[in-house]
Amino acid sequence: MGSETYPVAGGAVHEAPARNTYLEVIHSWIVTVDHKKLGIMYIVYALLFLVVAGIEALLMRIQLAAPHLHFLDPQTFNRMFTMHGTTMVFLVGMMILFGLGNYLVPLMIGARDMAFPRLNAFSFWMSAFAGLLLYFSFIGGNGLAGTGTAPDVGWFAYAPLTEKAFSPGHTIDYWTVALLANGVGSIGTAINILATVFCMRTKGMTLLRMPLLPWLYATMSFLTLVAISPLTAAQAMLMIDRYLGGHFFDTQAGGSALLWAHFFWIFGHPEVYVLVLPAFGMASEIIPVFSRKAIFGYPAMVAASVGIGFISLGVWAHHMFTIGMTSYGNAFFTLSTMLVGIPTGIKIFNWLATIWGGRIRFQVPMMFACAFLLQFLIAGLTGIMLSVSAWDWQLHNSYFVVAHFHYVLVGGIVFMLFGALTYWYPKMTGRMLSERLGKWHFWLMLIGFHMTFDLMHIPGLLGMPRWIYTYEADRGWGTLNLLVSIGAFIQAIAVLICVINMVWSYFRGPLAGPDPWDAWTLEWSTASPPPSYNFATDPVVHSRRPLWDLKHPEDPDSAFE
Amino acid sequence: MTGLIIAESAIFTIFVVAYLYYLGRDVSGPTPKQVLEIPWFYSVCLLSSSGFIIAAEHAIEHGKVAAFKVWWAITMVLGIIFLYGTGVEWRKLIVEDHLTISTNLFGTTYYSLVGLHASHVIVGLLMMLVVMVFTLLGKVEQRHAQRIKTLALYWHFVDAVWVVVFTVVYVVGR
Repeated sequence: MGSETYPVAGGAVHEAPARNTYLEVIHSWIVTVDHKKLGIMYIVYALLFLVVAGIEALLMRIQLAAPHLHFLDPQTFNRMFTMHGTTMVFLVGMMILFGLGNYLVPLMIGARDMAFPRLNAFSFWMSAFAGLLLYFSFIGGNGLAGTGTAPDVGWFAYAPLTEKAFSPGHTIDYWTVALLANGVGSIGTAINILATVFCMRTKGMTLLRMPLLPWLYATMSFLTLVAISPLTAAQAMLMIDRYLGGHFFDTQAGGSALLWAHFFWIFGHPEVYVLVLPAFGMASEIIPVFSRKAIFGYPAMVAASVGIGFISLGVWAHHMFTIGMTSYGNAFFTLSTMLVGIPTGIKIFNWLATIWGGRIRFQVPMMFACAFLLQFLIAGLTGIMLSVSAWDWQLHNSYFVVAHFHYVLVGGIVFMLFGALTYWYPKMTGRMLSERLGKWHFWLMLIGFHMTFDLMHIPGLLGMPRWIYTYEADRGWGTLNLLVSIGAFIQAIAVLICVINMVWSYFRGPLAGPDPWDAWTLEWSTASPPPSYNFATDPVVHSRRPLWDLKHPEDPDSAFE
Repeated sequence: MTGLIIAESAIFTIFVVAYLYYLGRDVSGPTPKQVLEIPWFYSVCLLSSSGFIIAAEHAIEHGKVAAFKVWWAITMVLGIIFLYGTGVEWRKLIVEDHLTISTNLFGTTYYSLVGLHASHVIVGLLMMLVVMVFTLLGKVEQRHAQRIKTLALYWHFVDAVWVVVFTVVYVVGR
């Protein structure tokens, strides 16, 4: 990536030899506004924090592997689950998804860059700084002596635990300000994606000819705008309470802790849809290519995706069934949560219908996509179980809930991310990942994941609550927790193999060429990695699969759409 | 700008919800009815500034830079008058009625909501000042009309928020 190609009058393209010094290369990355470089920085940043948050998880799993262990003291354990959750959601999930969106959306719609390149750079650096600020709390969080370092209040930081009276010192302030800054970055990128998708599509690409990934990213960006803002508002209120003597969540003055819970989950539920919608987009790109069939029911997929986006704004209180709402409230949120299962089911059936009758190529991206399908389905089913408020009353804050959401987040989103990274890595770097290492990565991840999260449902059903740092030996949870912890380490090995694969293949992987997977969307029509200007001439498209039309001029999609 | 407005609307909505939720729940301190006077004059100033900014947009679209300068300046002055009015009101509330952000729930939610709006007015005025400076330096021309309209959209949003805040705080709340 040190050489530049540049067009010369007359159409010839010259290749300048790599002569940049290390300092010049680093400088070019720091000042870049190129969506591809920013996308890669987002992804690398997120992968680093994936390792950090993963280590936090492993530490917790060691502590929980047997009853009455003293590996971590309770205060540290609290910090671990808070930081693990906060890091995974904001610094891994949001960052890696915005990174892939940044990289892929302009390429897939035939644009030269995002709509607002400088806003793009600003958003990245803002979010990156926010992550560092959050982790600085480990060093700098000591306000009053002995009042803790990193935040320890759970990733949803319920009031009034977070009020000054109960959390003196600066641990909460690091959490709040870091997430405020991260939120600003997210909103910036969301605005960018929406403007790009709506205004910068190439000629001939109507919205209904746009690939599904940009559609899902547009929906996710709209959700981000509407969902992150309540968190920003709630955090502003928290800071007003903590430093200006406000009473938003101060129960003694008549304020309400319930209000924080509502505001947080008005953010929190759409947030998880923000995380999952891009995974749907990636599945919708990978599954057709590896089934050698166009996606089944494209208009229904668009409608279902947008529908999921809207419905997800109305389900938030299913996180609050035990907080004391009226039975009408509980019933409403039970029904709205079940409602969101309908468009989701449409999508799953359409993916299955895409695979049905196709000539399946079972390479690593497809393996991850198939695992995603099965695991996301199971996760959705446990979600529907939990949506029944009476059932939830038994299982709220138990490990059943933890198993459910990790099933979606790891089994669904992380698996799909691994598939997406394998699929688009050749485009980003020009080299293929090792298929052998990829398969080791996949199978170890699959075995570890199921060992951990299938079994984790059982202690939940047996009554094991969340956020406990140890448990009694006579509860019968010990063996299961041990197996769960072993599974976690197997996943860690799998992730390690993935990292090794990515690094090794960067230097020694076989060259990929522009279109190693014989795919159909515009990003595969340009070089790997793409030149800084993306496309030498603006592409013109006549159907949803422009490269299929080019490769099969006798049987173009445009004849059927 | 539309995207930004959507996000900002969500933030304001949350603060409005908090304000409405806490109405009448104070255990002590001044209540809205006791201390709030409807700021008719200043609200008229702010809302009419939307009309003047439309005149400014119209002027720059047709290349009439001199007229644009006048309408733009009037808009800014009206915005500044509004901020002055807010300042006067707050001074009365703090010094005479002893209502601060930490007094009670009403104080907290009132200053947060009105303050959030006022801060958006300030940001809008700063951006308008930048445009004013560029115009006085002769750099702004007809071809910049779209950018001016984008900023004007933000200003219209600020005014629309004031309609909501005004209704919630001074009409419904009292």
